[in-house]
Amino acid sequence: MNIPADLKYSKDHEWARIEGDVAVVGITDYAQNELGDIVYVELPEVGTQVEQGKTFGTIEAVKAVSDLFAPVSGEVVEVNEKLNDSPELVNQDPYGEGWMIKIKMSNPDEVNNLLSKEDYEALL
Amino acid sequence: MEPKKTALYDVHVKLGARMVEFAGFWMPIQYTSILEEHKKVRTSVGVFDVSHMGEIEIKGPKAEDFVNYLTTNNVRKLHEYQAQYTTMCYDHGGIVDDLIVYRYPDRFLLVVNAANTQKDYEWILQHKIDGVEIANISDSITQLAVQGKNAEPTLQPLTDVNLADIKFYWFTEGKLAGVPMMISRTGYTGEPGFELYFDRKYSVDVWNAIFESGKPYEIAPIGLGARDSLRLEKKYCLYGNDIDETTNPLEAGLGWIVKFDKGDFIGRDALLKVKEAGIRRKLMGFVVEGRMIPRHHYEIVKEENVIGHVTSGAYSPILEKNIGLGYIAIDHAKVGESIEIRARGRTAPAEIVKTPFV
Repeated sequence: MNIPADLKYSKDHEWARIEGDVAVVGITDYAQNELGDIVYVELPEVGTQVEQGKTFGTIEAVKAVSDLFAPVSGEVVEVNEKLNDSPELVNQDPYGEGWMIKIKMSNPDEVNNLLSKEDYEALL
Repeated sequence: MEPKKTALYDVHVKLGARMVEFAGFWMPIQYTSILEEHKKVRTSVGVFDVSHMGEIEIKGPKAEDFVNYLTTNNVRKLHEYQAQYTTMCYDHGGIVDDLIVYRYPDRFLLVVNAANTQKDYEWILQHKIDGVEIANISDSITQLAVQGKNAEPTLQPLTDVNLADIKFYWFTEGKLAGVPMMISRTGYTGEPGFELYFDRKYSVDVWNAIFESGKPYEIAPIGLGARDSLRLEKKYCLYGNDIDETTNPLEAGLGWIVKFDKGDFIGRDALLKVKEAGIRRKLMGFVVEGRMIPRHHYEIVKEENVIGHVTSGAYSPILEKNIGLGYIAIDHAKVGESIEIRARGRTAPAEIVKTPFV
């Protein structure tokens, strides 16, 4: 199970890479593995306001459909359009090519509510 | 209760299968990817451990009368070594189970759904008549389904039985991989293929022999996930989803296995009434036009009215579309009808289509 040390995690199995006041968001290797083959990723439009712990999209895997939860609050400033045609990138490279959205954080302190690699690992 | 293990449990774990509890058994849901496993069966050959299925043996001088009374299809039409798809119904016409009846020279073998084995066995015992013996032999049997166009070339080198001689829904007894077994040309995928039934103690040997022989065809183990999407593309019913005690065979599109003219059987009166009055809903297939996989219990909507519910749904790897089945009010149960699928606060347009999907 790949859990990079430089990321922050939510208990809902999203990760966030903090780059200044922007958080790059995706789902963890554990989550993609549990979901199995992913066939759609439904993401919000740029400009949408998202709130920590609330849904920002849905992910359809062959086996099940799941909500995606925002790890931090803020405005969606970019979405990974590649996932429209290649949702399998989430399976293949969950921390890289499979990223989902970038959020311009409205309250960077919320990052403190997220889990470290060790805390997330303990959760699994 | 701790789930049971099939004789191949350790083999699946070693292959890296994701094991889930299904119908009281630890079963492999996927080994690598449901989509890849699905395509493997459609393009070459795959092997399913379906030892969770139940096997109930019925013999004795009255066995034919008895099985004919229990089931809706006409057992008297079966020749020796022929098999038949059928249902058992309740008095009210709801379905106890769907099953395959195999006719041996001296007995019948009923192969039933794993989740229903105990229920079916008790149901059959409840109706037992003099002149029959009933045995639930499920725990001693391994069942492997070898499915796909390369199933026959995979299995033929392992047996002296000429597999080409076995017609669809016929079976034979013979040795394969040196093991005595029942070899049946049946399956739940819509592909050519066989189902093998044998003593569980030979499971690993038979499994290994099949995989060795299937190497040129890149044979692969297939989990329950792909089994579900494969059967759905062919509109084969799944008990517990598409049919159950609240649905009858006529509305499920299984009227072809209800033989009213064969004499009395359990559920006949109720089903005859349904037939005379006309069904009020029908199990139909549909294709979703949006990016939503229909799933069990989602609503089927027409102009804001709920006209039915989804019973099964999947992403079809062959059509690359989302497909589903559901009972739809009879006025709307027409090929070409536009409907919507609703769940989780979203709706997606869909169209009723001809089935099988593939």
